[in-house]
Amino acid sequence: MNALEVLEPGPLTTIQDDGRPGWAHIGVPPSGAVDSGAYARANELVGNPEGAAALEATLIGPTLRALETVTVAVVGARAPDHTRTLRPGDVLETGTTRGARAYIAVRGGIDVEPVLGSRSTDLLTALGPRPLTRGDLLSLGPEPATAAGAPQPDRPPAGPLRVHPGPRDAWFTREALELLQAATWRVTTSANRVGIRLDGPALERARHDELLSEGLIAGALQVPPSGRPILLLNDHPTTGGYPVIGVVANGDLPRAGQLKPGDEVRFALA
Amino acid sequence: MSDVTARPAGDRALLLELADTNAAIRVARHLRDACPELTEVVPGHRTVLAVWDTRPDADLAALAAGALDEPSSPGPAQTIEIPVTYDGPDLAEVAALTHLSPEEVVVRHARSDYVVAFIGFAPGFAYLVGGDERLHVPRRDEPRERVPAGSVAVAGPYSGIYPREGPGGWRLLGRTTAMLFDPAREPPAVLAPGDRVRLATR
Repeated sequence: MNALEVLEPGPLTTIQDDGRPGWAHIGVPPSGAVDSGAYARANELVGNPEGAAALEATLIGPTLRALETVTVAVVGARAPDHTRTLRPGDVLETGTTRGARAYIAVRGGIDVEPVLGSRSTDLLTALGPRPLTRGDLLSLGPEPATAAGAPQPDRPPAGPLRVHPGPRDAWFTREALELLQAATWRVTTSANRVGIRLDGPALERARHDELLSEGLIAGALQVPPSGRPILLLNDHPTTGGYPVIGVVANGDLPRAGQLKPGDEVRFALA
Repeated sequence: MSDVTARPAGDRALLLELADTNAAIRVARHLRDACPELTEVVPGHRTVLAVWDTRPDADLAALAAGALDEPSSPGPAQTIEIPVTYDGPDLAEVAALTHLSPEEVVVRHARSDYVVAFIGFAPGFAYLVGGDERLHVPRRDEPRERVPAGSVAVAGPYSGIYPREGPGGWRLLGRTTAMLFDPAREPPAVLAPGDRVRLATR
């Protein structure tokens, strides 16, 4: 049964859950909510179990109309995080996001056909549902047994993103690793769920031979020939041949997922 | 002791560097069986990336070395035959680059026995190694925006088949009608690391 109608999708709103881990060896990215913390809080606010599919909005959230009575939570929009009950005909305007992304969870979870065990949209490989478009009708899964949770204040840690050097730090000059920490990097307009291209000084390589393709992980700072790192996010390719100078600490990945074009970012060795 | 170098890849992964592709395939297979805590085991050309949510108690480098010291088992590798029609748009160019006739390019490409080294770039895209060294050609300078699904292509030491339409910089020798990736099928990818592949000329 359809519970919500998409009046305006915003620039990019996708369905996300906790992704499809376990398939990287056949070339399938992990996908899933980029700010896993905000996504989990949104689900908690409506009493959904972990892993229920929610909406991930980018920069500007969607406008949704309720077709039946639904409980929704919005986390990461300009408006403080909140839960709301919508009656049939009520309209939810998410508005702009605080960081790059906001999450809208609906009690019951968004019900779409899972692909390889996940309802996430993967923008690299087009697996999973396509991004929302105007007029889409969303249906929900079964009512969860748990009650809705209380809103928790969002206290994102400040400071630089912590980076673990490697696996290919030895492919760079000693100065490159120092520069990675010393420089203030700017998020370019090439920033999406696949990765974030950073602008700043070039990180120089000590080795110039070609790296044979190897497995990649979200948080990896992959350095293409330009020397400007790309911070890989959840829809990253599973293998690549550019050396990875360091990997952002797993606990700081949700924050990395909130970086938007124009933001400044700094790194510190973990 | 076998040759294994472990390099940290953040706080929830380790990159194991191995001597060659065959070692990577064997180590990946062993870790997958021996270490259920790993959420991903991703072979590369001669590496294995092991990823976890909860760090395994086992020493992964030691497990890898142990797997390599054991006599090679036949394992679950299978031989898969893929029908290929050799009429690709880059056949003449590859012939020119290799100083072979287009016919000889086809014969050399089709008669080789390939092994799937690893899968990457796109779901189900197998990097095949073991092909004729005369056919090692660089990628195109300008990648194509749209390579048709089923395109059989070469680049560097690899041959590959594009499972779906998409951008790509490899040189196209032919095409197959074989469906290499379907998420609704079990297993979703026809080719797995370690599989042997024969290309049958159509």
